Amino acid sequence: MTDATHGSAADKSVTTDPSGPMLAADGTPLKTSLNRALRKQKRRALFLIAPLLVFILVTFIYPIGEMLFRSVENQIVGDTLPRTVRVLADWDTEASDIPGPAVFSALAKDMMVATEEKNHTRLGSRLNYEASGLSSLFRKTGRGVDDVGEGYTEQFVALDPAWEDPQTFIDIFAGPRWLDANAEYDGEGPRPTFRLAAGIGEVLPQTASIYRDFARVVQTEDDDNPAEEEPWNTVYLALYEDLQAGAVIPADMAHADMLNAAQVAAASFTTTDVLADFVSFDKDWADRDVWRIIQTYSAPYTTGYFLNSADLQLTPDGVAWRPENERVYVTLFIRTLIMSTAITVSCILLGYPIGWLLANLPSRQANLLMILVLLPFWTSLLVRTSAWKVLLQDQGVINDLLVWIGVVADDNRLALINNATGTIISMTHILLPFMILPLYSVMKTIPPSYLRAAKSLGATNWTAFWRVYFPQSVPGIGAGSILVFILAIGYYITPEIVGGTKGVFISNRIAYHISTSLNWGLAAALGAILLVIVLGFYWAYDRIVGIDNVKLGG
Amino acid sequence: MSSVAFNPEQGRPLHPFATFTLPLVAVFGGLLGFIGGQAAGLGPLEGFIFGAVIAAALAFGLTRFVAPRPGRWLATAICAALGFSAGGFPGALGGIILGALLGWAIYWLHRGDYRRGVPVYATSGQVLWHNSFKFICGAIFFFLIAPIITIIPLSFNAQNFFTFTPEMLALDPAGYSLKHYADFFSNDAWLQPLKNSLIIAPFATVISVTLGTLAAIGLSQSHVPGRRAIMAILISPMIVPLIISATGMFFFYSQMGLFMENYLGMSKTLTGYIKVILAHAALGVPFVIITVTATLVSFDQSLTRAAANMGANPVTTFFKIQMPLILPGVISGGLFAFITSFDEVVVVLFVGAAAQKTLPWQMFTGLREQISPTILAVATILVIVSITLLTVVEMLRRRSERLRGMSPG
Repeated sequence: MTDATHGSAADKSVTTDPSGPMLAADGTPLKTSLNRALRKQKRRALFLIAPLLVFILVTFIYPIGEMLFRSVENQIVGDTLPRTVRVLADWDTEASDIPGPAVFSALAKDMMVATEEKNHTRLGSRLNYEASGLSSLFRKTGRGVDDVGEGYTEQFVALDPAWEDPQTFIDIFAGPRWLDANAEYDGEGPRPTFRLAAGIGEVLPQTASIYRDFARVVQTEDDDNPAEEEPWNTVYLALYEDLQAGAVIPADMAHADMLNAAQVAAASFTTTDVLADFVSFDKDWADRDVWRIIQTYSAPYTTGYFLNSADLQLTPDGVAWRPENERVYVTLFIRTLIMSTAITVSCILLGYPIGWLLANLPSRQANLLMILVLLPFWTSLLVRTSAWKVLLQDQGVINDLLVWIGVVADDNRLALINNATGTIISMTHILLPFMILPLYSVMKTIPPSYLRAAKSLGATNWTAFWRVYFPQSVPGIGAGSILVFILAIGYYITPEIVGGTKGVFISNRIAYHISTSLNWGLAAALGAILLVIVLGFYWAYDRIVGIDNVKLGG
Repeated sequence: MSSVAFNPEQGRPLHPFATFTLPLVAVFGGLLGFIGGQAAGLGPLEGFIFGAVIAAALAFGLTRFVAPRPGRWLATAICAALGFSAGGFPGALGGIILGALLGWAIYWLHRGDYRRGVPVYATSGQVLWHNSFKFICGAIFFFLIAPIITIIPLSFNAQNFFTFTPEMLALDPAGYSLKHYADFFSNDAWLQPLKNSLIIAPFATVISVTLGTLAAIGLSQSHVPGRRAIMAILISPMIVPLIISATGMFFFYSQMGLFMENYLGMSKTLTGYIKVILAHAALGVPFVIITVTATLVSFDQSLTRAAANMGANPVTTFFKIQMPLILPGVISGGLFAFITSFDEVVVVLFVGAAAQKTLPWQMFTGLREQISPTILAVATILVIVSITLLTVVEMLRRRSERLRGMSPG
């Protein structure tokens, strides 16, 4: 892209330039000719890079972007309870303790659809992250919700038995296109998408909307024909509400007489208290806090997951700390940082002498010793982790050896595994080569004569090292530390196996939320924070060392 | 002390025997005696005194009457005999090791060998520091290598234990067996993962190497718009923590898998393999890019121009001129990509299904749930594989350095 715009700009400057005497062999101005060659070269380079770039963008960058998006995405509430969310937005939390009957009626319809599509438990677990108890609330409600509005069904049927006939509803609500397609449906493939009759949405808006959901659920979930199924009680509830709201029935509508008769009769129907029905499923529905939670989390995007990652929570009254016993993430982040730092420091302490030794030995010996560094580097991570698991166990080789020498009593073996010690020891071993290799390549470039010069000018060994050699090796320490730190902070396998509960990192928590608790939004938010930390260090690394200078295997 | 330091000829005692060699050897012998005594069932103090006395006697006798080489053998033999009388054959083996150490220490201290590698004008303190430093480095190398080496003998354990059994320490053949290897090669729970690993890693390697080499050649051209940004994107799979890559891929590939199953009519197993292979290919790309770019730095671009000048088309130029010269870099990049895929567990854990269980995955499950010694047999095999790969990469590196005219070292 850039080269095209760049090239055309260059072209223009060439053509408008009056003094262009130099010509290439084919008669074009030399500048144009060179520009064309340059453009061709750029295009060729991009053409070679493009396949891989596209591959990485699609299979790596996009998935990570999508994951990050999940950390703010919260459409499940609005998708599962669309009617409720719409009506609930008007609820003034100050004016009334719990929302009005319109919200409960909307909830009855939404819950009916959600229960049939088995989405209510998912919504329950989503909201349960914010306040415990909501999962069971939705599960309990799902069991009883199909009875809500039964009173209206009975009264409609008592008025005219034809209300019991599924065909009546099909006549009123189904559009001609669906009717034709449904008549032709032969049982193969997906059923035709249900379509409403023209204009019905204006006449009976609530009923049309719930009936369309009913038809869809019957077709997709139960694989049945809506023309043969009795509508849900909530459809009658909606019909009652529409008629009561003063629907004007056009005379040419199907069953207009029945609807008109029902509208007259509905005025004297015995009403049912939907709220009471819900409270009978679970008294939490009369709880103001439950409704405020639902209202708070009904937006399609939320900062809730990020707040959770920082042990905060989004309450109806604003951001607040989570209860004391649920605060884990700040501790976990701090622990991850502290342990990564500890690992980095141990790597510096162990890697510096080795780097010095390798850099100052004759190259033949240095190459031999380098193999001792590279062998662990090349050995499978799982092999090294298994080795440490075996060595560090209570009945493992190290403890056995210590007991045998008599340093440690047999009944008081050292706890080296399933704690932070185990993680630090084994990860220091695993990441040490990543410290030694950059240190070595920097130390190799420090001329040994500097040290000698310092000493001949009267410096002691320590001064010569500290004032002359060490400052020159700092870039190596920096490069190695950032590399080790970046790698350590995102480690998962080793802490999982040797870390127990006290030695795990934030990564283990992310994995737990992905595979066990299924709280993907929280996992994505934790991952986003971790990614930002790592990219910060990566940026620093690029500044200090330059990513082009990463070397592998010395 | 510091006035004694000049010794033009190695091999003459630097310090008086009675105040330097004898006490140091006695202390060292005491420590060895402590370990030996622990094995032979003596108390700690008795072992220490016993070792110190023997070491002092040996030091006195050997330095006076015996030349270094036979002297070391003699010390070894004497300690072996002592060990044999205390603990039979294994005791003798322990005695050989302790005796060799003791013999070496006696002459090292007595003849002033510890000054080797130190300038003649160095003070005693500097010599002491020099040797301590060597000892520290040795300990760090031990820390690096020992865990990997230790599991090799443990994998031949006849028992289902993860430590050296008394039979093993006694070098009793009954303490060793190949049964964990037999289990690995006969148990389907291990063979299927091995097969999966051998399917997934080569395919992933081929994809990363093909795309990565092309891109590296493109990146090495002199004018690449946005090279820094492109490089950052291509290297990112190496920088982003695996758990984050795995999480992102988990969502992406589950949708892609559903798409392939429902709309392209592929079987679940096939899509599973495709998903894991693509994921691993992305992870291997940075390694190929880095190694091949590094090789291309030393590639003389005028060679391709010369080839073009002589009428070769770009494809011929690539295969006949450029490829053979950068091949070592491509191969080591490929080996890195292979080992990345072969060793990878986090992403496959999230992206793959049980049918794509790889060897590291099986090891991970084994370590987390029911740990079985077969893992050690597998680990040993993998160590041998990595030694082989390391050798190949080292040889390639030296070859390319030789081609570049640098010393192979």
